[in-house]
Amino acid sequence: MADTQAQPSGTPNPGPAKPPLAVVGSQISQDEKLFGQVFDKWVVRRFLTYLTPYRGELYMAVGAVLVFTMTQLSIPLIIRAVIDDALVAGRMSGGLIDILAMVFAAVVVVNYAANHIQETIVGKVAEHLLFDLRRAMYAHLQVVSLSFMDKTEAGRLMSRLQGDVYALQEFLESSIFAIGDLVLLLGIIVVLLSLDFQLGVMTLSVVPILFVVRIVWLPYARRAFLWARETSSSTNGALAEGIHGVRAVQEMGREAVNYELFDDKATENLNAHLAASRLSNMMVPIVDTLTGGAMAIVIIVGGGLVLDEALDIGIMVAFVFYVQRFFDPIRSLTIQYSMMQRAMAAGQRIFEVLDVVVEIKDKPDAIDPAEIDGSIEFRNVTFGYLPGQPILKDVSFRVEPGETVALVGPTGSGKTSITALLHRFYDTWEGQVMVGGHDVRDITQASLGRDVAMVLQEPYLFSGPIADNIRYAKADATRADIIAAAKAVGAHDFIMRLRDGYDTWLDQGGANLSLGQRQLLSFARALVADARILVLDEATANVDSHTELEIQRALARLLKGRTAVVIAHRLATIRGADRIMVLQEGRIIETGSHDQLIDSGGLYSRLYRMNYASFDDIPQDDTDRPGGDRGETT
Amino acid sequence: MTTATASSTSGQPRLDSNIDPNYRIEVSNLDTRVLWRITAIAFGHRWRMSLGIGATILAAIFQLFVPQYVGQAVDQVQGLLAVAADGDAREAARDALLLTAALLMGVSVMRGLFTMVQNYQGEAVGQLIGYHLRLDYYRKLQTLSFSWHDRIHSGDLMTRGILDIEGVRLWVNTGILRMFLLIVLIGGGAYILMGIDTTLGLVALSFVPIVGIRASIARLKLRASWMRLQDRLSELSKVMEENLGGIRVVRAFAAQAFEMARFDGVSKQAVAIAHERILLFVRSTTQMTFIYFLATVLVLWVGGHKVITGDITLGQLAEFLAFMAILQMPVRQIGWMINSIARASSCGGRLFAVLDLEPSIADRPGAKPLAIAHGVLRFENVDFQYPAWTQDQRTLSGIDLEARPGKTIGIVGPPGSGKSTVAHLMGRYYDVTGGRITIDGQDIREVTLESLRAAVGIVQQQPFLFTASINHNLAYGDPWAGRSSIQRSAAAAQLHNYIKQLPAGYDTLVGERGVSLSGGQRQRLSIARSIMLDSAILILDDSTAAVDAATEQRIRAALKDLVAERAVIIIAHRLSSLMHADEIIFLDEGRIIERGSHDELIALGGRYRELYDLQSSPVDTRPLREPAAEE
Repeated sequence: MADTQAQPSGTPNPGPAKPPLAVVGSQISQDEKLFGQVFDKWVVRRFLTYLTPYRGELYMAVGAVLVFTMTQLSIPLIIRAVIDDALVAGRMSGGLIDILAMVFAAVVVVNYAANHIQETIVGKVAEHLLFDLRRAMYAHLQVVSLSFMDKTEAGRLMSRLQGDVYALQEFLESSIFAIGDLVLLLGIIVVLLSLDFQLGVMTLSVVPILFVVRIVWLPYARRAFLWARETSSSTNGALAEGIHGVRAVQEMGREAVNYELFDDKATENLNAHLAASRLSNMMVPIVDTLTGGAMAIVIIVGGGLVLDEALDIGIMVAFVFYVQRFFDPIRSLTIQYSMMQRAMAAGQRIFEVLDVVVEIKDKPDAIDPAEIDGSIEFRNVTFGYLPGQPILKDVSFRVEPGETVALVGPTGSGKTSITALLHRFYDTWEGQVMVGGHDVRDITQASLGRDVAMVLQEPYLFSGPIADNIRYAKADATRADIIAAAKAVGAHDFIMRLRDGYDTWLDQGGANLSLGQRQLLSFARALVADARILVLDEATANVDSHTELEIQRALARLLKGRTAVVIAHRLATIRGADRIMVLQEGRIIETGSHDQLIDSGGLYSRLYRMNYASFDDIPQDDTDRPGGDRGETT
Repeated sequence: MTTATASSTSGQPRLDSNIDPNYRIEVSNLDTRVLWRITAIAFGHRWRMSLGIGATILAAIFQLFVPQYVGQAVDQVQGLLAVAADGDAREAARDALLLTAALLMGVSVMRGLFTMVQNYQGEAVGQLIGYHLRLDYYRKLQTLSFSWHDRIHSGDLMTRGILDIEGVRLWVNTGILRMFLLIVLIGGGAYILMGIDTTLGLVALSFVPIVGIRASIARLKLRASWMRLQDRLSELSKVMEENLGGIRVVRAFAAQAFEMARFDGVSKQAVAIAHERILLFVRSTTQMTFIYFLATVLVLWVGGHKVITGDITLGQLAEFLAFMAILQMPVRQIGWMINSIARASSCGGRLFAVLDLEPSIADRPGAKPLAIAHGVLRFENVDFQYPAWTQDQRTLSGIDLEARPGKTIGIVGPPGSGKSTVAHLMGRYYDVTGGRITIDGQDIREVTLESLRAAVGIVQQQPFLFTASINHNLAYGDPWAGRSSIQRSAAAAQLHNYIKQLPAGYDTLVGERGVSLSGGQRQRLSIARSIMLDSAILILDDSTAAVDAATEQRIRAALKDLVAERAVIIIAHRLSSLMHADEIIFLDEGRIIERGSHDELIALGGRYRELYDLQSSPVDTRPLREPAAEE
């Protein structure tokens, strides 16, 4: 990993084989643990709580595993009985063979039933668990605070929702069989020792050798598996980047360079997997040699005992059969070892997500006001995203029902924070946010969602028909509602020109529409919501002035009786507001109508007189002179 | 759907622009074809495959010796017991036993060694296949056209790139090599057992045809089930990805319940299919094991009677039983094997469906690099229409324009009027459907894509930033760039001062899709990145929408020095972004309805004038006046 993180420095190394400033895949350091302990009590305990609903099934599965193992154990004993009681010279008995064969057949039937039950139950429970865990995580992500979502990459969450959940499922499936393997191992040991203690001890003497070998082997194997997994995740990360960023890649002509770099990652991944494979297969001849050794012991020592008539020949044969099966469980337990490590690390990551504290919660006595008046009030609100760096500083204002207020100010002045607080995406540090006369913390989030509709700067649409996207906020909206909203924002015409009209399927966020068209749809979506309060966060930044004008006119109608908070940087949008609030560095420095503000001669009028079409980023003007830039780069 | 399948069987290359309208990449039903294809790739690694197969056969042969020596040992002991031999004979028997034990040990060691080679080579070939497929897949995705990527969900592509490659990879070891193992074990076993006793041999192997039939039935059903499951899982990851990506919208509309319902809907379908798959799988494996065990019962029963009648010895019965015992694992594995066949054929099908696509935009045979003499880009009566299935009705017709070095063209028009399409045509991200686009007289379809795109730089509306340092992002198109040129570009895009005040400066990591930068900063980064390319033609596709006018003004001033000799095309809604252009084109519904300089268009008093009045007149126009009819 380290060598792929080319040091981003301006001075290239002498004669580098690859471009010095080229990387593929996420350069965020892998701080995530890929392998946990083999057995993490905390993870297992948490995991077990998810198993509780399936307790009955699991008991049944464990029972079936035990029965299954018993039948497996009994087969060599039946063979032994046939040999010693029906086939040894002088004691030949065809009738006894018939009976024993019938017993054998009965055992096989029981074996089949137990096998079917165990595998079906384990498979189903594991599958259910997979979906339960994923659902729990997904549901949790719907309610955790946005500040968590802001700082967590979506890709990382996806890998938890998928890869980690699979790792746990795999673990559960195998762990039930591991129980079976362990029981089989113990059973074989018990049977061997009770059939003939002396021969049993001698046969089992090969087992300690295996353990010694394993202890030497393990650290190497651990490292190899870790390397394999790390390279896999880094390769997949690069692939993901290649897919998401394909447009930028083609525009920048980076295909060839990226292919080279991806090849490096894939090659390292290949080598890592080959190394891991070498290590795990190294155990095969060792285990086989030990199996052969144990059989040799049975034949030499057991054969000798039989010759001395100290042992029945059937027991010797039974021993051979047990030895043949003996190492199977050991072998699969080895495989399960790395699976367990992986599962523990995966479990930690999953529960980490599930344990993210839900900061914004409905109070137990939160009310759901049926009708609110649409007023908004901020009372001495102080708020920020990082401790010690408040974005809003002691902000107070009131918006009357039905009023349209424009928020104006440079980037970072706190406009978007005000709208976020209004919707209680975050809680304030100090002060109160009131919507419709209620503190937002006293009413349910669902009611806020119903009463406050938002149009965000970047239109985000979902895969699905256009109609579904428009009625996203209100699933029961009729076709007429949808069409009315689309007409109001001027989207109807272009929708009708699409092949399937309102049923046209949008792919991946509406990639088949222009940005402006997408914005119109997101506008229509907010209108369908029919909320008392409408928040427009730079909602018209991506539409042209004509469309914007149409939207303005539609809004003039639609805003009748509704409250609106509009963030905009275009004069045309701002002028239409009843009142303008000018924000700077987290404070409201001016407020009033367009004319009042022009008359007062403050920041607004200054900017206005400078004839800018936009109010964005303005204070940077003063600090960020082009002359300064040039001076520093020479 | 039908088009994709039909053309794949007729051997015609499937262009990515002709992919079916249902955005699902269809897979041919002939799964044997897929399996053969994977197998052929595997045998491309001739040396490793021969070694793997050789080792598999030898491992199986050595394993076949085990029952023989077990039987031999039993007979050696039994023979002595029967005749109650004297001391010398006993000593001889002990020596014989020693020899048998030594042979058994030797056979086990050899079997272990060959199994190791088999497993390792099998896995190595699998990993190599995975490696090659991964590279091919990556390269293919990078060359497929924008219109294809517009249709196919990235979550789906990731599933293919990770899980499907895994499924194909496993086929070598769990499929091909295990098949050889089974054939040799069963064939060799049949030969040996029949040699001992034909009837008992037939009894012992009676389970083979039943298991075979059972397995092939299960294989077909499992494959169908796998396909459906994968489809649902793709859908599920799509739902999750969209939800996480649009989390602010979800929150804004308090749509959590709706989102949960969406998730549960797909999730339940997936669980149901997964259950069905488990049942199919368990039923077939347990039934196969059951039949195998019944055969063992028969061996014991029939064989026992044969020992009594003296047809076979006790040792030979032990040999039969030991043979059955070594088959227990492989029979269990038949289940896994058919599972892996089903998986490999469905995964391989999904993968090859992508790998076999021909990019609709690709170098023509004999394409030459673009030779730039002046850098004049011309649209000659260009028509364009998106493929019918895209449902994209935006078209261009009769577009003529000429971009000359040192000159700027501005393009303006309502959303959906075709502005971005014009930009995409210039870089040949789509091909024109009529007329032609030339650079210095060369049709852009006749030159190599690489040289064309090096000559035409586009700055997008919504730039994609890579999760890497600012430095890496800036140098994305020119990874050999030195520090000074990077900083010069950043300064021109008015970003240098901001970057400098960051604690890590140019080494600051930009999060996934640049989450830690504002929209305007991202656009400025994207502009700086494109300046680095030093391309002859620079297109700014509404790339300053989130940048304030004053900063934009400074960017433009800085650009003037940097791209003085380049042709610049500016697409914007905000007229202040393009009113200085040498020629301004007003597009509506894919046609040029007005063109000329700012002053000319103002004087013309048409749509442009109207837009200008709307946007930049500092005079309050309230009450809003009626706009001219749009259509």
